[in-house]
Order: sequence, then structure tokens, then C-alpha cells
Amino acid sequence: MDQYALLLAATLNAGTVLAIAALGLLINEKAGIVNLGAEGIMLCAAIAGFATVVNTGNDWIGFAAGMAAGALLAAIFGWLVIWLNTNQYATGLALSLFGVGFSAFVGIGYVQAKLPERPQYNWFGLGDIPFIGPALFRHHPLVYGAMLLAVGLIWFLYRTRGGLVLRSVGESPQSAHALGYNVRRIRLAAVIVGGALCGLAGAYLSVIYTPLWVEGMVAGKGWIALALTTFATWRPARVLLGAYLFGGVTMLQFHLQGQGVQVPSQFLTMLPYIATIVVLALISRNPTWIRVNMPASLGKPFHPGA
Amino acid sequence: MLRLEPRPAPSRAWTWASPLLALAITVVIGVVLFSVMGKDPVRGLQVFFWEPIKSAYALGELAVKATPLLLIALGLAVCFRSNIWNIGAEGQFVIGAIAAGGVALLAGKETGRWIVVAVLMAGVLGGMAWAGITAFLRDKFNAGEILVSLMLVYVAIQVLGYLVYGPWKDPAGYNFPQTRTFDAVTQIPRLMAGSRANIGALIALAGAALLWVFLFRTKAGFAQQVGGLAPAAARYAGFSSRRALWTALLISGGTAGLAGALEVAGPIGQLTPYVPAGYGFAAIIVAFVGRLHPFGMVLAAMLMSMFYIGGELAQSRLGLPKSLTGVFQGLLLFTLLACDTLVNYRIRIGKGG
Repeated sequence: MDQYALLLAATLNAGTVLAIAALGLLINEKAGIVNLGAEGIMLCAAIAGFATVVNTGNDWIGFAAGMAAGALLAAIFGWLVIWLNTNQYATGLALSLFGVGFSAFVGIGYVQAKLPERPQYNWFGLGDIPFIGPALFRHHPLVYGAMLLAVGLIWFLYRTRGGLVLRSVGESPQSAHALGYNVRRIRLAAVIVGGALCGLAGAYLSVIYTPLWVEGMVAGKGWIALALTTFATWRPARVLLGAYLFGGVTMLQFHLQGQGVQVPSQFLTMLPYIATIVVLALISRNPTWIRVNMPASLGKPFHPGA
Repeated sequence: MLRLEPRPAPSRAWTWASPLLALAITVVIGVVLFSVMGKDPVRGLQVFFWEPIKSAYALGELAVKATPLLLIALGLAVCFRSNIWNIGAEGQFVIGAIAAGGVALLAGKETGRWIVVAVLMAGVLGGMAWAGITAFLRDKFNAGEILVSLMLVYVAIQVLGYLVYGPWKDPAGYNFPQTRTFDAVTQIPRLMAGSRANIGALIALAGAALLWVFLFRTKAGFAQQVGGLAPAAARYAGFSSRRALWTALLISGGTAGLAGALEVAGPIGQLTPYVPAGYGFAAIIVAFVGRLHPFGMVLAAMLMSMFYIGGELAQSRLGLPKSLTGVFQGLLLFTLLACDTLVNYRIRIGKGG
């Protein structure tokens, strides 16, 4: 029984990394921008956060550093794709390739570094309740933060004027421009916020989840987060659910290994990647459904003059 | 205020000048980076741009690394020109290497030299099959090729891991995760004594020439690219987009697989977990920096190979991390994309109407 509580807890924990990143990418995509640089941003933020915590001993300064790193890289990406009209796919890819190299380069001195003792939580004593306690009430604040973020995003996107403007920029930048909105600035803001959230996810990964720094430690989570926005047909609640589902798939491999299942570990490690492919194929199978849900200008450049 | 003014037509001069400008900017950033880390920038530039070309042996090493980069980039150019975003060449490279390695392991004392052809064919087919999964899922399930091809990289690396830690592990290898060394008969013929460069370099160059003919002198090559530039026009002309999809992915899978085969049956000589060296990703940069043009990609592959060798030398001679290679490669692509703005826009100073 207890191991299932721990499995559930680990699932929520693993899902949090994906959820924060994917919700950030969702904000980008709602504004019409695909950021294939998520993996690179998360890696750079992971080392930025980790190094900051090693040097300051404060997790929250580390998260802030990760977010700042993410926002900075996203701003460069945004400037290139929004103002210089570079290809979004190629630019994002450049960011990912750069991020892999740069994070490894900067992180070389932190490979063996250790963090101060990781905090334990037991919220309001609820963590002592059998099963439910260890499963739900002993998490890092950011685990609940990710849930709140999803709720906040639903409220923002569908209940506020700002959310309406953001969505209209993604659906029809021409119309938004004609109405007098500064499409490029709104897109840049969305990209920076999305980058900061990817950065937070990266820092959470290296500071809380793992917690250590290894080269290439994001291991495709940035790409899976990108896939999640499609799985979720661009709805925040489904992004959150999808993230936990994938967190569960990631955890399943450790669980199965713990159970002594006789499958080579490599096949278990493959699971999240194969699951991504399978779900992507199943969700995308109906092109009309994807087209109806996808922000109409996704991936397309916008020139205010033209 | 700087302002961008669209050009009436893309500038041909800037199309070729932009990669050079990007390289220049990358070098300047490199000089700053070396200085910041307290290394002599001149020495830094030397290991990246002079050491790799200063002797016949060095040039051979340059060719060893440029070969897989060029081969993979040639295939990727077909994809990118058709607007198909295969970013999983690394996985196709790995599966090609595995297939080639599987054939190479069958070789024994009596095997003839023909085995080399079989090894290379296996590599091509392996890479094609792996890219075929992406094509199939895109064709039948409308699944985006970017994410599928990339996810398959991680899967391919795990398949390799399974084989070298499991069934293919060398029983006499002191439990190291690697296959036994392939029989000498499978070794790709070398170009000359005293250099590791092999006929792969010639295959890659021939491939570049073939690609030029295909792209610019055949109707199939034309049809392939129209779909990327103007899907509506391609439909109107009756060019099948499905055909373009499969062609692009099978060609690029095939070249990546061939590169993998040449690598394991050439310089490496066995399967190890270190077969994936990032060539599949670096080749994306080669393709863009080479303007998706066969000739340009030959030059770009040599440049990227210099970055690899320079990174290794920077580690051994200057005590800098090898990952410097990745930093410079990423920077180069970044600056290239920014410089490419000059192809389509003029920079004007001041406010204009």
C-alpha cells in the first residue's frame, strides 16, 4: 500500500517538471509561437538554478535564477523570430543545440557539487494521514504551484481581457493588429513568460527533483513538454493531466524495476519516449480536430507592415 | 532607429555572405569567451582554425569527422528543402550503425571483402527503416515529424544500450559495454596509409554531386522542392506531397544510416555506447550553414569538423571543456539565422515612411 502512495507522490513530482514547462509553452503557442528551444532553455536554467543554490544555499534564489536564465534565452529567441522573422523551427532548434553545449560548458565545475540538505515538508500535519498523506501532502510547494498555475492560466486565458487579446494574437494576428494591439510586443511578452516557466521547470528538475547536475539531464523533457501541448489540444487542464500521466509513465519504470520485473532497463527507459510517439499519433490522427483546436497562426510569422 | 526594409527580391550576395558574417561574429564571441576564461585568444583560435589543417595527418582527421556530417546533411537538405523537419538524424545514424554492426559481427575468417558492401547496405536500410517510422506516422496518423523523429533518437540510443550491455556484449571484454572488435575484413578501405580517412569521404563527395544533379537537374528533384516552397502550387501541378514526404525521409534516413555504418566499420570498429557523437544534430547546422546547397554543405561540414577537432584540442591543450564545440556550433547557427535577415531585408537608419 505504502509503495503505491510513494508511486503516486513520485508521479506528481515528476509531472510537475513537465507541467510547468508545458504550461509555459502553452502560453507561447496561444500567442502563435512554437519554441523548439524548450530543451535548451531547461538545460541552461537547470545549471543556472543549481549553481545558484550551491553558491547561495537558497532554493528560491535558485528558482529565480533559473527563471531569469529562461526569460533571457527566450527573449533572444523571441527577438529573432518576432522582429527578424527568422524561421521559428530553425531558431528554436538553434536554441536547443546551443543550450545543450552551453549548459555542459558552464556546468563542468558543478558535476560533483552537492546541495545543502533538501527540505522535507508535511503540510499542516496532513502528511501523517495514512496513504493520502505521503501521496499528497508532503510535496514541495512548487508541486502545488504547478496546479495553481494551471488554474490561474485557465482563468487568465478564458476569463480576462488580457487572455482574450493573447488568444486573438495567436488566432489572427492581422485582426489583432487591425484592432490596434501591438502584436509583436504581446508575442514577445508571451515568449518571455513561457521561457521563464520553462526555466523554472529546469531549475526545479536540478534543485528539487533530481537533485544534482548532470550534462544533458533534461533528457528530452523539453520535447515531451512540447508534445504535451498538442496532446492537450492546447487546453491548460489537459496539459496538467497529461503531464501527470507522463510523470506516471516515467515513474512506472522505476516501480517495475523495484518489483523485480525481468525487463532490460533500457526498454523501461524508452517508455516515456514511445508513449509520446504513440499518444501523438493517436491524438493527431484526426487532422480536423487538431486544426480546430490549434491556434490558427501557430508557427507563422507576422509582419505588421504587410 | 534601425529599421528593416523588405528587399524586392532576396539578395544573392547576402545568401552566401551571411554564413561568413555569422562565422566572423562567432569567432569574435569566441575571442571574448577565451579572454574571459583567461586563455590566450590567439592560441584558442589556433586550435580551432589552424591545427586541424596544418598537416596531411590533420587534414585526414578533418575528413574523418567531416564525412558523417556531410552525408547526414545531404539527406537533411532534401528534407528541409521539402519543408519536412527531420531532426532525428542522430537516431537514424545510430540504427544504421547497429544494423551495420550486426552484419559486421557475422564476419569470420573466411568472409570475403564483399562484406563491406553488405555492412554499408545494412546501414542504409537500418537508417531508412528508422526514418520510415516517422514517415509512416506522419503519413497515416498526421503525427508531427519534428517530435516523432526526435523521440526516436532517445529510443534508438536505448536500443544501442540494450545491445551493448546485453546480447551483443563481448564475452571477452572484461564486462565493458561494447561488442567485440569487428573482424579486420569489415574495415572500410582507407584512402592512404598513415591516415584514418577512408573511402567514406569519397562516397560523401560523390553524394554531394548526386544531390546537386537530383535537386537542380531532375524533375523529381524539382517536384520535391516545390512542395516545400509552395504546397498549393505543388498540389496544382499534381506533385504528390505523400511521395515527397516518403522520399525526403527515406533519403535522409539512408544517408544518416550510411554515415553510421561508415563510422562503426571505420574509425570506431565496434559498437559502444559512445557511437552517438551528436553528428546527427551538428549536421542540421551543417545543412543550414551550407545553405542546403551541396557545395556549401561540403564547406560547412569541414568547418563543423574543425569545431569538433578544435574542441578536443582545446580540452587537451588548453584545459577547456570539450563542450566548447557545442557552444560554438549553437552560436554559429544562431548568428546565421540572425544574419539571414539581411538576405530578405535592408537595414535602414532613421524613421521612414
